[in-house]
Amino acid sequence: MLCQNCGKNTATTHVKTIINGELKEYSLCADCAQKMGYGSLFSGLGWNIGNLLGGFFGDTPAASLNTVRCPGCGSSFEDIAQSGKVGCAECYHTFYDKLLPSIQRIHGNTKHCGKQPSGAALQVKPAEQLQVKPETELERKRRLLKEAIEVQNFEEAAKLRDEIREMEGGKQ
Amino acid sequence: MKKWYEKSGAEGDVIVSTRIRLARNRKEYPFPAKLNPEQRQKVEHAVQEAVMDCLSTMPQKFHFIEMADLSQMEAVSLVERHLVSPEFISDRRGRGLILTEDESISIMINEEDHLRIQVMQEGLDLQKAYDLADRLDSLLNGKLNFAFDERLGYLTQCPTNLGTGMRASLMLHLPALQESGTMNRYAANLSKLGIAIRGIYGEGSKPTGAFYQLSNQVTLGLSEREAIANLKSIAMQLVGQERAAREAMVKNIETQDVISRSIGILQNAKLLSNEEFMKLISNIRLGISAGLIANISYDVVNSLIVEVQPATIMLPGGEKLTPAQRDVLRAKITSERLATQ
Ligand SMILES: [Zn+2]
Ligand SMILES: [Zn+2]
Repeated sequence: MLCQNCGKNTATTHVKTIINGELKEYSLCADCAQKMGYGSLFSGLGWNIGNLLGGFFGDTPAASLNTVRCPGCGSSFEDIAQSGKVGCAECYHTFYDKLLPSIQRIHGNTKHCGKQPSGAALQVKPAEQLQVKPETELERKRRLLKEAIEVQNFEEAAKLRDEIREMEGGKQ
Repeated sequence: MKKWYEKSGAEGDVIVSTRIRLARNRKEYPFPAKLNPEQRQKVEHAVQEAVMDCLSTMPQKFHFIEMADLSQMEAVSLVERHLVSPEFISDRRGRGLILTEDESISIMINEEDHLRIQVMQEGLDLQKAYDLADRLDSLLNGKLNFAFDERLGYLTQCPTNLGTGMRASLMLHLPALQESGTMNRYAANLSKLGIAIRGIYGEGSKPTGAFYQLSNQVTLGLSEREAIANLKSIAMQLVGQERAAREAMVKNIETQDVISRSIGILQNAKLLSNEEFMKLISNIRLGISAGLIANISYDVVNSLIVEVQPATIMLPGGEKLTPAQRDVLRAKITSERLATQ
């Protein structure tokens, strides 16, 4: 499909908009999308943008025999890479390492330093933020275990509990 | 001619409005794209119930709108009033909207994320809008327990919103910069700074009426305070350049003529298409800021722009009108609102 703005390049971005009272979707090439302020950040970093993130997670290997699936929603990494949409909060833990390079490319950063759910961001002093220690692997697993129990995902909980035991055992 | 700094209001000659939007999700459910329509409905009602319960302590009155119950006209009007996104009304099943009486606070349920908390303010008022959105968020988090990760911040369906989940936007009126043909260059430069600018009305790279939306793109690694400060500083640079360009432009007798003719047409026309209206009303705003039009205020202009949008104009009558009927009605309303004694 050709870009509806310039009529020359292949359209990669699809934008929904209201024109004269009607809901319309129009398709733009990366160039025009950038000129018009849609997804400019991506092209600014030298990527092509298709349907936001679709195809942006680098080379995605063909589905292998033992595809890893998110215990929260069943998404595989390929599902996420294809749709450009993450399936659920748990996906971020499941595919953290694979998602990180893309997140870095989008934001230039991978560490949150804004509001914490317990308090207002504008009251957090920078000095206090710096003291937030990165979560260790063990802490991460403990948190995931707590969350798995909360959502009654007992299969995942059992798996995590075993892993935590093993890690704790390894230290002694 | 009045001086720019003699204006009242928070940069109202260039900055029409401020918006803060926070993306939030519940841990318990998959993100909206992963839900089928049935599940989406279930999530919608669970979120609706929890939100309405939380908000009962707020001084404002909130009411809930089931999107699937609206007519297409009513749904499009919500977009024209900047309350929901076009995406939100493209499939209304399992989607809901929570709204205050004055429409300054709205919460979209099951748009791209489970919740999109939005606060609108007139003129430049990022701090006030953020404070209110922040308070709502904290209040809602008490019950809804939003998905959050120490490293990645608030977890969102699209990684572009990770971190603060905050999109701060300013609606700018930039007729002089648009006329000078420099907008494309600005867009390219701003994108390098993590800021996007795009036309609000119409399609194509020269938006009707020269209304633009300026918003932050980076949400991870910057605090809300920093993102807002960046946006404000860039907005104020654009405001400065727009004002300088206007000052030069309105000295020109041809520009003055265009402005005078525009007010004449808007006060007397019998037929006004939306496109013609937007072009002319943009000239009126320019004329007010240049001191060439004394007895029409920005509030009148701002509210008129929304009132005569194609779907919103049909709301009071409740009946679908043909484009030609709308043009008659638009001309009538416009001449009434802009009548000068
Ligand atoms: Zn194009
Ligand atoms: Zn998942």
